[in-house]
Amino acid sequence: MNFQETRNNFRKKQVSAKELTEESLKKAKEKSELNAFISHFEDYALARASNIDANFDEFKDKSLGGIPIAHKDIFCTDGKKTTCASKMLENFIPPYESTVTKNCNDAGSIMIGKTNMDEFAMGSSNETSFFGPVKNPWGQSLVPGGSSGGSAACVAADITTISTGTDTGGSIRQPAALCGITGLKPTYGLVSRWGMIAFCSSMDQAGPLARDAFACSALLNAMASYDEKDSTCSKRESIDYEKGLNKDFGKLKIGILKGIENLGISEEVLNAYESSKKILEQLGHSFVELDFTELSSGICSYYVIAPAECSSNLSRFDGVKYGHRSEAKNISELYLKTRAEGFGDEVQKRILIGSYVLSAGFYDAYYRKAQKIRRMIKSKFDEFFKDVDLVFLPTTLDQAFEMNRKSTDPNRMYKEDLLTIPANLAGLPAMSLPNGFSKNLPIGAQFVGNYFSEELLLNTAHKMQEVTDWHKMTP
Amino acid sequence: MAQNDTLVNGWQPVIGLEIHVQLQTNTKLFSPAKNQFGEEANTLVDLIDMGLPGVLPVLNDGAVKQGIAFGLATNAEIAKTMVFDRKNYFYPDLPKGYQITQLHYPIVKNGVVDVEGKQVRIHQAHLEEDAGKSMHDVYDSESVVDLNRSGVPLLEIVSEPDIRSAEEAVKYLKKIHQIITYLDISDGDMSQGSMRCDANVSIMRPDDKEFGIRAEIKNINSFRFVEKAINFEIKRQIKVLESGEKVEQETRLYDSVKDETRSMRTKEFANDYRYFPCPDLVPHEISEDLIKEVKDNLSELPEEKQKRLMEIHSLNEYDAGVLCADKSTADFFEEVAKEANAELAAKWIIGDLNALLNKNDVSLKESKVKASNFSKLIQNISDNTISGKIAKDVLDEVWQSGEDVAKIIEGQGMQQISDEGELEKIIDKILADNISQVEAYKSGKDKLFGFFVGQVMKATEGKANPGLVNKLLQQKLG
Repeated sequence: MNFQETRNNFRKKQVSAKELTEESLKKAKEKSELNAFISHFEDYALARASNIDANFDEFKDKSLGGIPIAHKDIFCTDGKKTTCASKMLENFIPPYESTVTKNCNDAGSIMIGKTNMDEFAMGSSNETSFFGPVKNPWGQSLVPGGSSGGSAACVAADITTISTGTDTGGSIRQPAALCGITGLKPTYGLVSRWGMIAFCSSMDQAGPLARDAFACSALLNAMASYDEKDSTCSKRESIDYEKGLNKDFGKLKIGILKGIENLGISEEVLNAYESSKKILEQLGHSFVELDFTELSSGICSYYVIAPAECSSNLSRFDGVKYGHRSEAKNISELYLKTRAEGFGDEVQKRILIGSYVLSAGFYDAYYRKAQKIRRMIKSKFDEFFKDVDLVFLPTTLDQAFEMNRKSTDPNRMYKEDLLTIPANLAGLPAMSLPNGFSKNLPIGAQFVGNYFSEELLLNTAHKMQEVTDWHKMTP
Repeated sequence: MAQNDTLVNGWQPVIGLEIHVQLQTNTKLFSPAKNQFGEEANTLVDLIDMGLPGVLPVLNDGAVKQGIAFGLATNAEIAKTMVFDRKNYFYPDLPKGYQITQLHYPIVKNGVVDVEGKQVRIHQAHLEEDAGKSMHDVYDSESVVDLNRSGVPLLEIVSEPDIRSAEEAVKYLKKIHQIITYLDISDGDMSQGSMRCDANVSIMRPDDKEFGIRAEIKNINSFRFVEKAINFEIKRQIKVLESGEKVEQETRLYDSVKDETRSMRTKEFANDYRYFPCPDLVPHEISEDLIKEVKDNLSELPEEKQKRLMEIHSLNEYDAGVLCADKSTADFFEEVAKEANAELAAKWIIGDLNALLNKNDVSLKESKVKASNFSKLIQNISDNTISGKIAKDVLDEVWQSGEDVAKIIEGQGMQQISDEGELEKIIDKILADNISQVEAYKSGKDKLFGFFVGQVMKATEGKANPGLVNKLLQQKLG
């Protein structure tokens, strides 16, 4: 059952919130081998569902009324464990609620648990989690992608119809592609970052994951809000994205990349991409070739800026106030041991890289240069959007890969984000949707839109999904 | 450029000050927690001040306005766009592991203040957050942290190395103190740490083209110590250079008990703070409208106040200057002068009251002398209820107890005797008791007049109205 049917049934009282919640909890248990969850909140979820049923009239018209949801364990939940998949926060219970989870609650959803992820959102395969890797529902030896791997697997395995994720370099879109679902990274600043544990503050952005664009639009309606507690949050009139699905944006000019076959993209992914272009053409859209030679330098810029910000953002985890604390004889030993024990290898590696690129004497060569590349990529997109309405490209180079295959080779792992990173560097919205299958594994492609063009992105993806079935496939 | 009267043994000291001023905002720089001193530990702490995961800073507009006010008062450039940076280092009283400050794009740049005719340039003044307070002497084997101060807004005022002596440094510091208290952006209380000072000190030969290597002295918490610390450091550096060694670029700590500076850390062990722009705060634009708003509401500055006091209360330039040196004194004067004679009030504040304050080393605010009460004292002097001499006793009493002036005068029978009949009786008795002196006076010994006045004062315990005593004596002896 997809999101739209589920919500209709709830609204027509054909199913209760409690029944929906029980069903989700049951599936979560059945599919526990996926390791998609870090925490389950059965008692809480059932109590909340009953409460919603008891106050049906209050919830029936809300965008997520009665719908079970899974939140990435990066969003702080008041009184409920929030770990960021790290030993550092293994037992951390925040006394505050993130704006994203609060908004979802206000929209009537029922949180059944918190999903597994790469530690502090650093990873592209969900293998860096302190709580073990998440398995791809399409093949248990395969990775689900990362860092929002748990959230993507949860939807792909039909445990919930919707889940939240965050995307710093592709962490919503890449797992969505590898798990065969739809995911949207909004424009930087559309969704509040308050209460969302920071990895790279200037790129982190929360967004929806679901089977289809319709569900993404309903979830984005709930998630997006102006929040004065986040100074980078944009003050805009709110848009009803669900309504926007029925708008007619006319024939679009869609940008495609010149020389895309030279980027190391697999044949399967390229084939699916070509087929999708045909569908877009059938829908009346036309293509404009874009020269984007700067694309690959994005990855270099990203892997300087993101570690730089993370090295600072993660300084607060020092064993003094909360979180993991090691036994130590003095304060420096406390810092050293706490952080050596509390952080996993990938996190430590990025803290080291970040500290290095910010240190005196290296700042200009790395950090400043990386910012220059970032501005260059941003202005490149600005140029593109003078001519085109959207840019269309594959989400990933390849399909889901075997566990342990890339985790030993950071360069191969980091290259995983090649096609997703540019949107993060520029702060643009981007949306991945399933667009093909090969070897019984899903493939994804993405649209990148101009700033705050989520309505157009969702509309375009929705129209494609009206004529295709890739998003309906289940493992 | 060298001024010869500031040379020490032929060496020219070169000094720059970094002054941290705690701003008096309602809430902290980036959190809604209250900004207040002296509350119970860790009671004024928001999630943001604790550096919890996922929380974000939101800039306090009040602090921005206060920074702008300082810029306007020092004829500085106000940034069109200011940027906050992160200064990264680990310390238990720094919960986020970084301090949010301004490195390259501060709120205020290129100001100047007049220090007794000399221009001292201000390189920049920037907004930043204060750290919490580590305490190592509360428990035997544990250090504890109070985060009430964490996130309190600071304005760090960095001077150019324009200062040439310890004395000048103190004058500059006092000038800054005067400006921030007049602007009412800080109480400037050094003893409570709301104004703190680091000094950069180097020495050079007067004809050297480049400054010498400087040492930064930290932790100087009174005007007096600023002078002492700098003077110690100048002497130390002279000794080092004259013995053929080199001054090291380092951070030194001033120890007020031993009156010496000692090395804290040398350059090679200096922290690398890995500054970078804080991504949680977008570059903040300051509009012309905001600057105008601050300008229109700017508090009166010392020079303006001095001029006004001279005009309204007919004070001379010197008296007005002394009163305006310190805002609390000037405010006190104005309060007193509402009801009492202004010139007399000025004379008593500058004279007797200041003497008491200096002698006891307390500030006007801390003392028990309140303006309304002091005003009564002046009124009692001007309407001849008490004599000047008695007034000194009354002031002493007010100083000790803070008791109401009227009550002191009444309770101790200090009112001046201005009743002619009463005084006549006393005078008549004195003249009758001292017949030989009366004879001598009448035969030409004029100096004896003072003797009679003295006798009257003695008999009345100083309460006789001196003018009336003179008049009556002249009549009777005439």
